[in-house]
Amino acid sequence: MRPLILLFLLLASPVGAVEPAERLADPALESRARGISAELRCLVCQNESIDESHADLAHDIRVLVRERLLAGDSDTAATGAVVARYGDFVLLRPPMKPATWPLWFGPLALLIVGAGCSLLWLRHRPQAAPAPLDDAERKALETLLREDM
Amino acid sequence: MFVELGHFCLILALFVTVVQSTVPIIGAARRHLGWMAVGRTCALAAFLLIGCAMAALMHAYIVSDFSVINVIENSHTDKPLLYKISGVWGNHEGSMLLWVFMLSLCAAAVAVFSANLPPALRARVLAVQGMIGVGFLLFILFTSNPFLRAATPPANGHGLNPVLQDPGLAFHPPFLYLGYVGFSVAFAFAVAALIEGKVDAAWARWVRPWTLASWCALTIGIAMGSWWAYYTLGWGGWWFWDPVENASFMPWLVGTALIHSSIVVEKRDTLKSWTILLAIITFSLSLVGTFLVRSGVLTSVHAFATDPARGTFILLLLLAAIGGSLTLYAVRAPSLQGGGLFAPVSREGALVLNNLLLSCGCATVFLGTLYPLFLDAMNGPKLSVGFPFFNRTFVPLMVPMIIALGIGPMLAWKRGDLLGAMQRLWVAFVAAALAALIAYYVTTGGPVFAIIGLALAAWLGAAVIAEWTERIGLFRMPLTASLRRAIHLPRAAHGMTAAHFGMAVFVAGVSASAFDREAIEVVPLGGRLQVASYTLELQSVDPVTGPNYRAERATIRITKGSEEITIVHPERRFFTLQQQTTSETSIRTNFLADLYVALGEADAAGKWTIRAYYKPLVPWIWIGAVIMAFGGAVSLSDRRWRVGVAQRRRLGSAVLPAAGE
Repeated sequence: MRPLILLFLLLASPVGAVEPAERLADPALESRARGISAELRCLVCQNESIDESHADLAHDIRVLVRERLLAGDSDTAATGAVVARYGDFVLLRPPMKPATWPLWFGPLALLIVGAGCSLLWLRHRPQAAPAPLDDAERKALETLLREDM
Repeated sequence: MFVELGHFCLILALFVTVVQSTVPIIGAARRHLGWMAVGRTCALAAFLLIGCAMAALMHAYIVSDFSVINVIENSHTDKPLLYKISGVWGNHEGSMLLWVFMLSLCAAAVAVFSANLPPALRARVLAVQGMIGVGFLLFILFTSNPFLRAATPPANGHGLNPVLQDPGLAFHPPFLYLGYVGFSVAFAFAVAALIEGKVDAAWARWVRPWTLASWCALTIGIAMGSWWAYYTLGWGGWWFWDPVENASFMPWLVGTALIHSSIVVEKRDTLKSWTILLAIITFSLSLVGTFLVRSGVLTSVHAFATDPARGTFILLLLLAAIGGSLTLYAVRAPSLQGGGLFAPVSREGALVLNNLLLSCGCATVFLGTLYPLFLDAMNGPKLSVGFPFFNRTFVPLMVPMIIALGIGPMLAWKRGDLLGAMQRLWVAFVAAALAALIAYYVTTGGPVFAIIGLALAAWLGAAVIAEWTERIGLFRMPLTASLRRAIHLPRAAHGMTAAHFGMAVFVAGVSASAFDREAIEVVPLGGRLQVASYTLELQSVDPVTGPNYRAERATIRITKGSEEITIVHPERRFFTLQQQTTSETSIRTNFLADLYVALGEADAAGKWTIRAYYKPLVPWIWIGAVIMAFGGAVSLSDRRWRVGVAQRRRLGSAVLPAAGE
């Protein structure tokens, strides 16, 4: 289907991403802020990170992240501050906890089960013996063998 | 009047498909040839009728008939003709009509091109297609009718969402739907085979071209959508693991697995019940994809409540199609016996690995897309699943896939020689190492994963070429001899080479996106901006008036050193009717890298925000996808698929002794 249409219905302007005015003077801090922003969801958009979104809320969270970093927070602490305010929903990378175990370990579990099943099937599948030749086929085979010699 | 005619045709089509879904299948059970033949007539009639309905709706859009609710809501007289036409499928009702039109097109194609099919199989296939048609026509007529009239027609319509008014997006849905719906043919063949209890090489040979054609359309459709996102977004993202995108990606993944597993059925007469299951799952995911996007469930599970009639109908339809076919599968599949034996290290083994990884990849995407909805429905915590999840789960599954993809075609059927294949692939090892070294030296501070990705792309590309040169005997025999071999090689072999090479190109494009450079600056008129080795100078911003929008059009001169490269004109368009702004980015490409320029807002001082990106190898993402689809098309042109041709020839030579068969 048309990807991202829903996303755009909620967007004021499509030219998204960080505004020059928001940026931090220190390039190292700014690049950390970009990294953090990329993994935070813009809550009013459809599956868009705050680094990409032009919504006001995304702007607010970008500023919040930068404020925390300027105050000397680590990346985790800065993300934590955003999560404390907006909940786990803001994380594009779902946190690892019992409710998300099926999500995080599902693919690996499936791969192991799938690989196991394939191997079992390869080993133990019914070894259907080829159907015995009927008279006509046997005759044809003999002719072929004779021709070869 | 045309609108009523279209409406009437659609109702008539419903009755015709009811006949199509019942009479032939009863005829097949009773071995009544006349009843079986009804399927063909009905399929053609339904195609004509739905075609008329489609034409009627299109006519209503073209002449801007604002007595039709659907036209009011989605069209406007000022819209360019192209978008009046594409507006037909730019909404729920119209897109459902397009879907069912594509379905009838596929059924008609089966009816026309299946003269060589056993009559019973053909009757059953057409009947199953008819059943799907009945479900969709009922859905359209009772819950999403595009032909309803308004009591008091307004003077003009609401217009189409501006972001949809784009040439790339105008043709995106038809391709995507052709892909989705095309898989219904494989599905119908699978169900018919389950009813008959027989799957053999001939069956696989009939199914493969249909699967291949749908796969090509889906590949193009997805690529178009992602390309559109790339040039409209204003910052050059092209894939977001958005549920709407995932919905189209899942059928692609399983469909790719299906193409490969049906090769094993055809050549080696094994993996039968697995292939049937894949055919069922592929189409089921197409259905789920269509409805996931259309029902609004993706934005919120509670969207169902806003239109319970639609939601309930969708659930019932999914239940009937998926539940019904899987039940039939559970009952009948155990009786499908596979014949061909093979060692784990063999071409078949490699294809099993391909299927395992693609299916797991699809399951991962499915989990990531639907698990948050599931948790939400269970009143659990609200979650977001974005790219970081898929990068950590889906991408690792694809790495062994790419490695194996280089080796698989080198292995022999039945029992392969892994060590021998590796030795013959020494070129690919060298290419991978070289690519990694070059990437390491040329780029600065890129993530290590991107370098691994480029090495994998080089490995795959070199392996594919090595396999191809080996097959046509290049460097081993005179050039004319290998040219002759290349000509006599089945087209399907060339198609495989092209499609796999396209994958290598695609992987390179994806990996290199880690080396993007960006510059976002507030620039006054006459000001400059530096990105990679290019200098951009904002010369002017002028107002422009389009057919249904006003725009600000920038003139930006791009230079490299002292040499002028080009002048680009990115725009910001303001659609007065919808009060919405869109961005027309400017992309300058040399097919090795894109220079991407977008115009942002002006501040109070009259300075403009300019976003410029230098994106190495990014065009390869879509070039790769196009090569893949091209490979599919080449494979499709293989004369072996036109089994009828071979048969006719055999009939003609029937007087000769059947030697050499």
